[in-house]
Amino acid sequence: MIGATFARPWFWAFAAAALALAATVVLTGSGGASGLLKATLTFASFSVLVGLGQMAVVTMGPGNVDLSIPAVMTLAGTLSLKLMDGVEGTEAWGLLVALGVGLGAGAMNYALILLLRIPPIIATLSASFVFQSVAIWSNRGLRIKPPDTLAAFSTGSTLWVPNLAWVSLGAALVFWVLIERSVYGRRLSALGQNLRAARLAGVPVEGVRAATYLLCAVMAALAGFLLSCFSGGAALNMGAEYLLMSIAVVVIGGSSIAGGNSNVPGIWGAAMFMFLIVSMLNSYGLGSGVRLIMTGVIIIAIVTAASGRRRAG
Amino acid sequence: MRRIDIRLLLPVLSLALLLGAVFWMQPRAMSYTGLNLLFNLAVPIALATIAQMLVIMVDDIDLSMGTFVGFCACVTATFLHDTPLLGALVLLAAVGAYAALGALIEMRQLPAIVVTLGMSFVWSGLAVLMLPAPGGASPGWITAVMKARPPLVPMAIVACVLLAVASHLLVTRSALGTLLRAVGGNARSVARSGWSVVGLKATAYGLAGAFGVLSGMALVGLTTSADANIALRYTLLSIAGVILGGGEFTGGRVSPVGAVIGALTLTLAASFLTFLHLSPDWQIGAQGVILILVLAARLLVRRRAAR
Amino acid sequence: METSAALAPVVRLAGAGRSFGAVRALAGVTLAVSPGECLALVGHNGAGKSTLVNIVTGVIEPSEGEVRYLAQGPRESGVRSVAQELSLAPNLTVAENLRVPQRDLRGLTWRRTARGRIRAALDEVFPGHGIDTESIVADLTLAERQMVEIAMAFATGGPAPRLVILDEPTSSLDASRAGQLLDHVRRFRSGGGAVIFISHILHEVFAVATRIVVMRDGGVVDDRPAAGFTRMGLVEAMGHVAREEARTARAAPGGAEVVSSPGGLRARAGEIVGLAGLAGHGQAEALARIYLDRTSDWRARGTVPAAFVAGDRARDGVMPLWSIARNTSLAALSLLRRAGLLDQGAEARLASEWRERIGIRTDDTRRPILSLSGGNQQKVLFARALATGAPLVLMDDPMRGVDVGTKAEVYEMIRVEAAAGRTFLWYSTEVEEMSLCDRVYVFRNGRVATELAGDEITEERMLAASFEMGEAAA
Repeated sequence: MIGATFARPWFWAFAAAALALAATVVLTGSGGASGLLKATLTFASFSVLVGLGQMAVVTMGPGNVDLSIPAVMTLAGTLSLKLMDGVEGTEAWGLLVALGVGLGAGAMNYALILLLRIPPIIATLSASFVFQSVAIWSNRGLRIKPPDTLAAFSTGSTLWVPNLAWVSLGAALVFWVLIERSVYGRRLSALGQNLRAARLAGVPVEGVRAATYLLCAVMAALAGFLLSCFSGGAALNMGAEYLLMSIAVVVIGGSSIAGGNSNVPGIWGAAMFMFLIVSMLNSYGLGSGVRLIMTGVIIIAIVTAASGRRRAG
Repeated sequence: MRRIDIRLLLPVLSLALLLGAVFWMQPRAMSYTGLNLLFNLAVPIALATIAQMLVIMVDDIDLSMGTFVGFCACVTATFLHDTPLLGALVLLAAVGAYAALGALIEMRQLPAIVVTLGMSFVWSGLAVLMLPAPGGASPGWITAVMKARPPLVPMAIVACVLLAVASHLLVTRSALGTLLRAVGGNARSVARSGWSVVGLKATAYGLAGAFGVLSGMALVGLTTSADANIALRYTLLSIAGVILGGGEFTGGRVSPVGAVIGALTLTLAASFLTFLHLSPDWQIGAQGVILILVLAARLLVRRRAAR
Repeated sequence: METSAALAPVVRLAGAGRSFGAVRALAGVTLAVSPGECLALVGHNGAGKSTLVNIVTGVIEPSEGEVRYLAQGPRESGVRSVAQELSLAPNLTVAENLRVPQRDLRGLTWRRTARGRIRAALDEVFPGHGIDTESIVADLTLAERQMVEIAMAFATGGPAPRLVILDEPTSSLDASRAGQLLDHVRRFRSGGGAVIFISHILHEVFAVATRIVVMRDGGVVDDRPAAGFTRMGLVEAMGHVAREEARTARAAPGGAEVVSSPGGLRARAGEIVGLAGLAGHGQAEALARIYLDRTSDWRARGTVPAAFVAGDRARDGVMPLWSIARNTSLAALSLLRRAGLLDQGAEARLASEWRERIGIRTDDTRRPILSLSGGNQQKVLFARALATGAPLVLMDDPMRGVDVGTKAEVYEMIRVEAAAGRTFLWYSTEVEEMSLCDRVYVFRNGRVATELAGDEITEERMLAASFEMGEAAA
């Protein structure tokens, strides 16, 4: 039983997160632990939301990555906040707009991939530039605040756990059910392991791919919506660090970059780990430069190590 | 031979069209100074495009091009300016790192997308460490080269022509270049003939690194200072340039001359957009639209050529 | 014609054999190829020809016995080969492609040298070829590409070619080009070169071969000068000793027509229809096309119209990361839906039911599929197809490399299911399996060549139809 726990891939992500937490607390004193944990849960939530969507896309096998996540976040946040205009009672509409943006963006991504036969990286990269421009144009410099209810919700906590964490925990649960217990999840994994074999086993490969790109964009839109509410407005660069974060969280969380294998709990562990690493480095006085380098090295190291394991199997 | 001609048609036509449109909107641009201003920034972009082309040639893609050029620019503006020998060593080491990356990707069959995305973190972090805020200064000799004023034809054009010729000789005509392209075309065949695909890929990546270094240096020569985020858009621009120039993502089909023309076209497109008084809001989106249009046009060309 | 006994053989195999796991692809072959010989290798599917050639070219090592060359290794000894799959880089020109195999092409004038060499080779082997050496390979027709590959094998440059292996070299060539090639082979041979020639077109074999080696079931069964064979005798030698098993009489299935493909394949409900012929002659493509036409890229319907059993497990079938149970249920997922989710209980029942019915040797279907033997993995793929309840089952040579016991169990299963009204379209490279079919279509060169029914389904007739006998069968 203990052995089985060690063998689970997500175990190491959580262990690493715990280690980073300990290292930070050691420096700042135990009084900061509670606050740090709350901050971790909050900020990790955003990474989790985008990471879940990216995970689904990556599961489809090599070449499948969604690079439009930051732009979709920005666009969804901008448009929904603009619609709500700080007015109470419009929260549901705002959310609907955000999700609608996600659906539209996902559809555009997939249309480019399908109709123009563009590799997903290029399709999502070019589309992201368009999304970003639309966001810039609609923003017009004014910083529109979210309705107070939403602002309070996104910064508040319930039963000591931040509300955002509840949301992303819920999302993670939904994803877990989707990946592990639904027909779609099975087909997704089949597609990622062997596209041709999946098609010959009756998996509707284009349908699954389309649904996945839509799903990823919707998750990004949701994250953008919540992030804008949390930050008190939609900034135009708000999604910037979340692209690499989404991929890092997928890789470190144990999902296979070669496709076919998704690891939902690992996303949480990895998201917390990433935030804690940043805090740890900050508290030790090391700047963003070191953090960036470390993140990159960790990603490459994990991908390299995982490839060895796969080939031995 | 026919296929390449058709493929070169797209970038040449688009360049001619854009030039026509620019001159029509701004007749004063049709002068020595005007052309120099229009195509100034084309040199570092063209160098980055060739670098990207070398990676695409072996069936991979480099998503860290923008941050790598930024890193090289920072090194140039700091080390190369202050302590030239150390600066040169650092840049050499960077080229070596690129080669090592290529070897690693081939040896472990890693997806280049993820590895280069990870590396973009690393280059970015290193650049931030060197220049947390914009600064540094361009080494005198680089500025002198970039701002030279040869008679008749502006420096930018001269440099691009030289680059096109040199990369054509290297990639298309030489024995080594042909072998590298063969790796992109049929790597298994190359391996079966006894060549080390790992070594060849490392060579391709190393050459890409070298051109990336030159791009960073050229950029600093023009802007005379640097900062970590100075070349972020070079990733998309370099990919667009290769594709516009008739290159394919897989199969080892690339055209160095086309890539340089593609880079010139994209540079011009950026200026063109400002002439259109396109609000800066849409500048970014326009780059995305341009790439999509290029790819759509290419699909049409391919379909017509297949018939 | 007589090989000079004093000339050292270019390659010599002494008891060379090769096993892949439990499968013995080649068993203890002793063979030597000397200058001036043209050795024809003939045999049906699975005879071991490709394995033998791979050992000679050095692509794989023999797991028993040894192989020795004139010089240090195959390349230094001048062993060149033209395989069936494309070895040219399609993005390079014809002349540029020479750079890959010929390591001495360097320096400033390498292009001119390469151009000269390939042009000379093309002119020598295929006079009047009309191929521009500066054209890009991707722009050439299939026939032109094959000509280039063949010419490259005979071209000067690097160690001179002493032994050229030609594997189905005329598959894309028309009659006149094929004739030119055969002429060149004869010239090459009389000039002291050696050739190993593999072809299913028997008149070609007799046109060039000095010696014919017949292979069967991984071993050499006959090795004589070509004059010692007749065409029919050759075909007989490739087949097995006639096993006069009484064909179990099957009631003629009279169900509705289930398959009617443009290529001429027809099948009725309850029929077992075989696709035969040499491997790679269009059978797998025909099956895949029928399957893909009936299923959709976008939506999976509630009932499954057709199921596909893959023969190349790794490429077309097995999901390597999954368990046995998950691999079994993959094609039947739309049947296991409950309240939008997967009914795990139903899936587990499906997996264990089929484990029993088809006899998968495992104690727990939750184990990873790669823990099973090859034969049992194949059974899982069978179960996957049968579990869908689909009325049409397409099988792409699924029993390749599977042990005898498993085969017998699966044959019985097919008989039972067909009697219950299921239709099977069965491509197999094993002749005995075709005798289980009601009708057999023999493929040749991508198309249906012959249709055999009932008692007409004999090995002799299938072999005869698979090989091009030429003008008149001797």
